[in-house]
Amino acid sequence: MTELRVNGTRYEVDVDDDMPLLWVLRDELGLVGTKYGCGIAICGACSVLINGISKRSCIISVADVDGEVTTIEGLGTPESLHPVQEAWIEHQVAQCGYCQSGQIVGACDFLSGNQSPTDDEIDRAMSAHLCRCGTYPRIRSAIKSAAEKTSVDLADKDNSR
Amino acid sequence: MKRRTLILGSTAVAGGVLIGYRLQLPVPEINPLLATLGPDQFALTPYVIVDGTGVTVITPRAEMGQGIHGTLAALVAEELDITMADVKVEHGPPSDVYSNTVLHPPKPSSLRSRMKKRLGIDNRKRRRAQLTGAQTSIQDSFVKMRKAGAAARTVLVIAAARQLGIPATELRTANGTVMAPNGNSIPYTDLAADAAGIELPSDPPLKPRHKWTQLGKSQPRVDMVKKCTGTARYAIDMRLPGMLHAVVRLNPRIGGGLISFDASGASKMPGFHKVIPLDDGIIIVASNTWYAMKAAATVKVEWGPAPYPATNAEHRSAVESALDGDSLKRWRDDGDVENALAGSEVYEGSYFVPYLPHATMEPLCAVAWLKEGELEIWAGNQNPSNAQYHGAKIVGLPVDAVRVHTMYMGGGFGRRLEMDFIKTAVHAARALPGIPVKVMWPREEDMTHDVYRPTAAARFRGSVSGGKINALDLKLASPGLLASSLHRDNRGSQGFFRASAMGAMEQPYRIENYRVTAYSVPRLLPVGWWRSVGESQNAFFHESAIDELAHAAETDPLAFRLSLLEHGPSRKVLETIAELSNWNSKVPEGHARGVAYVLSSGAPTAHVIEVSENNGLIRIEKVYVVVDVGIALDPRNIEAQVISSVLFGLCAAIHGEITVANGSVREKNFNDYQLMSCNQAPRVEIAIHESESEIFGVGESATAGAAPALGNAIFAARGQRIRELPFNKSIDFHF
Repeated sequence: MTELRVNGTRYEVDVDDDMPLLWVLRDELGLVGTKYGCGIAICGACSVLINGISKRSCIISVADVDGEVTTIEGLGTPESLHPVQEAWIEHQVAQCGYCQSGQIVGACDFLSGNQSPTDDEIDRAMSAHLCRCGTYPRIRSAIKSAAEKTSVDLADKDNSR
Repeated sequence: MKRRTLILGSTAVAGGVLIGYRLQLPVPEINPLLATLGPDQFALTPYVIVDGTGVTVITPRAEMGQGIHGTLAALVAEELDITMADVKVEHGPPSDVYSNTVLHPPKPSSLRSRMKKRLGIDNRKRRRAQLTGAQTSIQDSFVKMRKAGAAARTVLVIAAARQLGIPATELRTANGTVMAPNGNSIPYTDLAADAAGIELPSDPPLKPRHKWTQLGKSQPRVDMVKKCTGTARYAIDMRLPGMLHAVVRLNPRIGGGLISFDASGASKMPGFHKVIPLDDGIIIVASNTWYAMKAAATVKVEWGPAPYPATNAEHRSAVESALDGDSLKRWRDDGDVENALAGSEVYEGSYFVPYLPHATMEPLCAVAWLKEGELEIWAGNQNPSNAQYHGAKIVGLPVDAVRVHTMYMGGGFGRRLEMDFIKTAVHAARALPGIPVKVMWPREEDMTHDVYRPTAAARFRGSVSGGKINALDLKLASPGLLASSLHRDNRGSQGFFRASAMGAMEQPYRIENYRVTAYSVPRLLPVGWWRSVGESQNAFFHESAIDELAHAAETDPLAFRLSLLEHGPSRKVLETIAELSNWNSKVPEGHARGVAYVLSSGAPTAHVIEVSENNGLIRIEKVYVVVDVGIALDPRNIEAQVISSVLFGLCAAIHGEITVANGSVREKNFNDYQLMSCNQAPRVEIAIHESESEIFGVGESATAGAAPALGNAIFAARGQRIRELPFNKSIDFHF
């Protein structure tokens, strides 16, 4: 049995130790907002926060998860949106939407360390999150909007929820 | 709720004119929604369901990111006088009622079918044409769905008139209610039961454009909140009671067949359930996707040989040598090209482009569940009526016993028109009756078993005189798209298909001696429909050749194109892009601009790309695009699609390439097939034109012009004409 804390809830899962966190979240816990894209930590679709830091859940074995996991579902819900999600909606970022959970998680981590990012900083930080639809121009705009809402602890690092 | 007749508006585009016509469909096949309605639900037309909770619009084109669900729903909502915020949107079931009549116009019925009909024999042939693709959804639905909204509104008003005892002409509608002159109003939800019993009008009038309150204005996307909160459901996210998870392992030599396999190692793996053999691979079923992938890796498989050449050089030589072959089709032959070239200085060039993958972010995946006498399929797909047909065939059930749920797609770009990934799920379901099975193609399987954008070669010869083109001869060769597609469906080839020359043969340039010829290429890797189809290679060949001749004529490349064009909307997009990009102003030191113009599926499109060169590195400074969409229904979504298309085209042009080695596709994942990343995405500025004579879709039209505009800019920057894609094989980029 492996113990996990995800979005404020404690789970015990009975899986092999080497199972990547991604497949525990998706197939065992039913948290399917986190996506599989490449399985080799390149595309970023599987990003989750572990203790507030963005990590690729497709290559982290469940036994190696050390800390509180926050997935897209834990950031906010349609009824109670996270400020980054609000910015994403304001700028109508998503097209196919498949990469956007990872993009939003990545943006949360980035913004927690940089409240007034430049275009170049955004480009560099978000380059590890691939989008096939080409939503990058709106991702840049949404990140800038979200950065302006500085009053909120974007990365949700204190796990207060 | 039974109806005697239903009149659907429909559109056909012929000779550039939009024609509305009436398509009468008799009972009982008219309204596929009637079969699935719950209690107190009423389907006023195949596009409108009203129940106690409100109005649901059926948008029978698939949502793959292009925002079609919102715009289609807005067509109905506008005529129904209900605000988009109050409308629910669903894809709905597969049905011939929803056939795409732009891509597949209805054929006139034969004498035999009319005889059978008179004798009461059901001879309906399934059309399998509920297609989402080729940016036709808006063209196809623009009249149909507004008529559906207007027809529903008419019967709701009649129902209210009867209830109130007031003539219908004195009633008006707004915000989902019918309103009487005295201020009383009845919500549609209270009128639906009565309205469902009233015969629909045969040809309800449509609002003139100046009365639109929602169409023409940007609407929030109906899927946006879901997609930003991880709550949108793709096929890969399906969860059903007792569902098993499976992955495929297919012959890396595509179509080479499965000779034998030994799964004894897999059977000892955790979570393992079953191995199911296929013609060309195996499906490994487990309790978790990870366990399925791990077990799959342990299976020892003997694969058959590739049914195509084993090396990349042979594939290239097959398309290049086809240009000297004698199996050809002249798509255009104006004047006398040979004679015109004989007496002039001839400019020529040979071009080549590689295979390209679709590489959707969501890997291929479908769920199937075979129950007693029923098959249920969940798949993001661009042709649900075809999925229904193939599902039925595999499990031996009648078509009507197959339910298809068309899910959100994590990207389509033409890949999910194919049935391969749906068939694998149905094969798994057949082997595990009673158990829902999700079958995913891991990224490596997805990338190496695509139906690729064809590799292609071209050769042009041309001459100029007096600042204009005197003659242009363009030869094109690529493996046949339709032939490959029909081969997968076990059907014969049908000779040349227009994709072999689209993007080149139909360009409205006035050139006296103008010839476009397609040459036949033997079947190579499987090829398929890829965003902008044949335009993606042919427009690169054609627009690069035009640019070469502009420079040969020592003229400004944009003015040169204008001098060859009389088509008003095309001139307009070029004139606008000249302004938008400051074409006539001097560029900064080290910068240069390139232009491309493409008539893309009827839509005039122009690109200007400004590049800079520094220490031999090319940087894209800015991209400008002007598109004529005819009528702009949702400007913000159009902007998103234009930018999406141009970045998709640039990604391929800069570094997109699929190669073959040892009979297998060499690129397997995003480490060896690069997508465009955020830091590589140039700034894009667009302008939308509305010539209003027709309406065009916009999901593809800006794709094809990206490569030639970039190539023409690189030539302007350094005098180097790059005739082979991707460009990064010839030059280095700085992002």
